[in-house]
Amino acid sequence: MALFKIKFDLQKRVKLAQGLWLMYWFAVIAGALVFAMGLFFKIELRKNSELMDSNESHFVPNLLIIVGLLACGINAFGGKICYDSLDTAKFARWKTAMKPFLISCLAFNALLILTALFCFMMRIPLMFTLAEGLKNSMKFYKDTDTPGRCYMKRTLDQMQMEFKCCGNNNYKDWFEIQWVSNRYLDFSAKEVKDRISSNVDGKYLMDAVPFSCCNPSSPRPCIQAQLTNNSAHYSYDHYTEDLNIWKRGCRDALVSYYGGMLNTIGILVILVTVLEVAVTVGLQYVNTAMSTLVNPEDPESESEGWILEKTVKETFTDIMAKAKAMRGSQVEDGEGGEGAVATVS
Amino acid sequence: MALLKIKFSFQRRVRLAQGLWLLSWAVMFSGLLVFSMGVFLKTELLRRSEVMHTTDIHVVPNLLIVVGLASMGINLCAGRICQDTMDVARFARWKNHFIPFFTVSLLVTSMLLVAMVLSYALQPNLEESLKIGLKNGIRFYKDTDTPGRCFQKQTIDRLQLEFKCCGNNNFRDWFEVQWINSRYLDFSNPEIRDRVRSNVDGRYLMDAVPFSCCNPGSPRPCIQENIRDNSAHINYDYQSETLNLFSQGCHQALVSYYMGLLNNSGPAVLSVFMAQMSVLLSLRYLQTAMSGVKDQENMEVETIGYLLEKGVKETFEEMKENLKKILSLNGGQVADEAAEATEGDAKASAS
Repeated sequence: MALFKIKFDLQKRVKLAQGLWLMYWFAVIAGALVFAMGLFFKIELRKNSELMDSNESHFVPNLLIIVGLLACGINAFGGKICYDSLDTAKFARWKTAMKPFLISCLAFNALLILTALFCFMMRIPLMFTLAEGLKNSMKFYKDTDTPGRCYMKRTLDQMQMEFKCCGNNNYKDWFEIQWVSNRYLDFSAKEVKDRISSNVDGKYLMDAVPFSCCNPSSPRPCIQAQLTNNSAHYSYDHYTEDLNIWKRGCRDALVSYYGGMLNTIGILVILVTVLEVAVTVGLQYVNTAMSTLVNPEDPESESEGWILEKTVKETFTDIMAKAKAMRGSQVEDGEGGEGAVATVS
Repeated sequence: MALLKIKFSFQRRVRLAQGLWLLSWAVMFSGLLVFSMGVFLKTELLRRSEVMHTTDIHVVPNLLIVVGLASMGINLCAGRICQDTMDVARFARWKNHFIPFFTVSLLVTSMLLVAMVLSYALQPNLEESLKIGLKNGIRFYKDTDTPGRCFQKQTIDRLQLEFKCCGNNNFRDWFEVQWINSRYLDFSNPEIRDRVRSNVDGRYLMDAVPFSCCNPGSPRPCIQENIRDNSAHINYDYQSETLNLFSQGCHQALVSYYMGLLNNSGPAVLSVFMAQMSVLLSLRYLQTAMSGVKDQENMEVETIGYLLEKGVKETFEEMKENLKKILSLNGGQVADEAAEATEGDAKASAS
């Protein structure tokens, strides 16, 4: 009892082949789109790679690129088969290759689903990478004279302005590190000396944030220094003032930026998977319809098409039996070999 | 004596029609390009409209949008006409529409030239408009509580951050205006009172700039206050410190940005103009060549194509005659009606 059997006459076969050829072209374009998205995501990750840890993994964009290229190749090949399927002579060439090709299509569809899953799950390792990376970057903010780290200040400033964020979790992170280089501190001033001597590690910590934390939408000029001291500024209450500097932490901002991108890419990959499953099913119908012509000489004869020759259960038991048979024959060969060795020795 | 006569055999006519069909599709896409250039230019001008004083420059993108759409329509028609040359009966339908079609197309194409000329001629106007707009923007920076001006601060801050510029001509423009709202000044502080009193207009001027002037590429944290006071900051020399604030003025930055856009669009518009003119000229040749073909059976005759039936001067005279006839026809009608009216009056008075 075949699965989803359909009767085909010549008209139906022709329509199926043409429709499937068109769908294969759409699938090629979809594969190219997946490739482009993978490339785009890779470039976006590279742009902010200085803020990420050394554990930064480019696994997902690389996978997307490979899957996109594979999709283009497989779909182009499938389209060629479709194009040839209406001519029985040409189709005969592909007959032996059809079964392995369909199985590889199934495997590819499984890979696509896995890719989509990875896209949605990448948020979590990204969060950890960014947390570590941002913490270290903020520590190196002041080292504009150290080769290899001299651009960290500019990178962080531009990132805070672009993503509208301040600090790692929030702006208070800047209070815990020294972000003014010692070169620009006047050590002869009493205030500076007091502050440093009162700190355990000898760091110059302030109640201040860099200018890149300032919010342009604030109605008053930006207050960067003595943020928690209400009396230092006129008409200022740091508990109610929420427009002065960015309240959001940069880790949150970056994770939601990349997370949004990943969600979109994941949804796109799922749509591509649906398309791929459809073309695989269509190709199976074309294959079976072309192979079961009632009268092989007459191209206008009727034929039948199905997805599986027997029902799902029977096909499964068949595959299991075949696997056992293969394993059994291997064991027999092994035993025969051993027996031969035993007799010789 | 026809202008620029060319002999056309059947083969030549067919080739002309085919080539013109392809050319009209290509020029249609360039018309689309002109349209999208106009849209892009308009959005860019609208985005910064708050720092522009006048909107005279908007005539350039408006013209480009209209002409882009019109040229797309013209080229579609030209393609249609080319397709109809194979069928003499269908081609005859177009006969009466050719003269108005050509007049409209020539008008539209000349608008392209006008747009290009304007994009160069209105540049001084744009510079002036930006200068006044920026000056006002800086003056009203502090008025975040005045309705109608409350977004000026945000606009100027975002502008300075995006274009990496400070002030109108340079950062010293900020020293001459009070950019802190009086609401945030503590007038019980003697220092502030002194500063305000020492100023002629009672303004609170400082040696400071807003945070948006800060250059992220500076190796040291941004120095925004007491900029000209070397002793206020350690290891600081105001004359030699170039990376602290953005050194470019926003007027210069905006002007060079918009000049770049307009100057780049000029040659593109000129090339579209030439392509469009070539389509129109070829179409004229095709029309005149096809007018020699009388019916479907004798399609293979050789015909003559020309641009103008008579010379330029004679065509001009003819046009003047036609115009005079139309005008005098109207005048003659008026005279006749006047004569009838007087006759009617005479009859009425007689009876």
